Amino acid sequence: MVEEEGFRRYVAHAILWIGIAIVAFPVYIAIVASTQDNALIANGQMSLLPGGHFFEVYYQTIFVGTSGSTREPVGNMMLNSLVMALLIAVGKIAISIISAYAIVYFRFPFRMPIFWIIFITLMLPVEVRIYPTYKIVADLHMLDSYAGLALPLIASATATLLFRQFFMTVPDELLEASRIDGAGPLRFFWDTLLPLSRTNMAALFVILFILGWNQYLWPLLITTRDDMQTIQVGIRKMITTTDALTEWPVVMATAVLAMLPPVFVVVAMQRLFVRGLVETEK
Amino acid sequence: MQKQAIFQAKLLPYALVAPQLAIVLIFFYWPAAQAVIQSFLLQDAFGLSTSFIWFDNYIELFQDPAYYEAIVRTFFFSFAIAVSSLSFALLLAVMADKPLRGSMLYRTLLIWPYAVAPPVVGVLWIFMLHPSLGVLSRYLRGMGVDWNPLLDGDQAAALIILAAAWKQISYNFLFFLAGLQAIPKSVFEAAAIDGARPMRRFWTVTFPLLSPTIFFLLVVNIVYAFFDTFGIIDTMTRGGPGTSTVTLVYKVYTDGLLGGNLGSSAAQSVILMVMVIVLTGIQFRFVERKVTY
Repeated sequence: MVEEEGFRRYVAHAILWIGIAIVAFPVYIAIVASTQDNALIANGQMSLLPGGHFFEVYYQTIFVGTSGSTREPVGNMMLNSLVMALLIAVGKIAISIISAYAIVYFRFPFRMPIFWIIFITLMLPVEVRIYPTYKIVADLHMLDSYAGLALPLIASATATLLFRQFFMTVPDELLEASRIDGAGPLRFFWDTLLPLSRTNMAALFVILFILGWNQYLWPLLITTRDDMQTIQVGIRKMITTTDALTEWPVVMATAVLAMLPPVFVVVAMQRLFVRGLVETEK
Repeated sequence: MQKQAIFQAKLLPYALVAPQLAIVLIFFYWPAAQAVIQSFLLQDAFGLSTSFIWFDNYIELFQDPAYYEAIVRTFFFSFAIAVSSLSFALLLAVMADKPLRGSMLYRTLLIWPYAVAPPVVGVLWIFMLHPSLGVLSRYLRGMGVDWNPLLDGDQAAALIILAAAWKQISYNFLFFLAGLQAIPKSVFEAAAIDGARPMRRFWTVTFPLLSPTIFFLLVVNIVYAFFDTFGIIDTMTRGGPGTSTVTLVYKVYTDGLLGGNLGSSAAQSVILMVMVIVLTGIQFRFVERKVTY
């Protein structure tokens, strides 16, 4: 063990706390702003201490929305985001684990080409095929629907690769044992492989849920109806170009509500989160 | 590498890959192919007639100074975001890697910004540095800075870089910390016995051993700056003032949406696709990741 001298240790503590302060400051300001009066903020008189409007601002944000013409309760936006995030996370895991199972445990014609077809989608993020994808979703009549929000994002090369890697490490004896017990391929998958994959699935779920909740470009394109908006899209529409009309406490409360679920997931499931992050490199 | 123990079945494996394959073909390959085809076409304003024009969309793009500016700007943003975020995260990770009391708490308090969505990051930062009501703008003006990122292009760019780098600190921190913890402590001990002072130990021992992690993070940060800054830009500046914060991805979006110039937008998509392929290629070919957690 290399001994740290006392002074250096204090410096390390100090640097870390400064880092934490820098990282937390914007969020602190958002929380403080979400409890204050709009007039005060609009005048540039915002206090750096919490105000007394916490309950009324959050009540208005969640159940009513902004006072403007496009009012939409943020509670509803959060519901949309939640449905989308869950569909994306569960969908990606489900279709990836079964395709990885097929690729690892079966020999069939076109096995490797299919693997490559899935793998290459890594190089086709939604940003490079924005409008053609939009057109297909429109042609399939999936604009403004949960299917349209989630389906096009559900394929996952990363998850397929991870499950494939994991399955390769599962000892062959397990398959032989369950075959002796008379189990077919589906039974083996359900009773043996799936329980073994639980930690991998959980770690992946944490990351994919956060990624799903934080989607922006895609929902921005395909939702036109206000009641289908996700919270990330909704918050952008609250900032009007004419600054005077922006209701900053509501905007900041929305920002806080938009951060809450994913940040909670990171903090509460830190070990799974770190594992998922290191594995997926997302 | 192949499994020895496998199942025999004719149709089942196809049924298992079918869902993923269907989604990939319908929502990935078909649109990507459409983008390639469209990039060779010219469509009139009403979409009534299209003609095949070979590489004219590309030629036009590369003759357009605005596109050059967007390319240069995107690379500059990527570089600035990666360098600032990586160096700050490395400093924090080196501190957090020391045997300190409460190091788990430090980690928790530093990693959560990963979960903040880009558009929310944009909202947080524009609010703090808003010209008329931002809490930090007061101090900037107090120091004599004529701060108005909504009118000054350079300040807008600085704001985007700052916000984007802020969000990426936690990701970089986590991977740096993992990389540091994977270095055997005996290496430091040996260097210490040889009489190397801490700063020298860092530059001659830690930094070289960390280089695979640094290279990996560099690629990841560039990809991040290319694509994930869209949400930050869209909520903070919408590409403005003028075009001073329009990146390549943002340009694809606005050209297709507002300008309705689908041919040019498609050609830009194809160029981006090539860039992603190169970046992913680099990542898989050269990045030997030795991070264990």
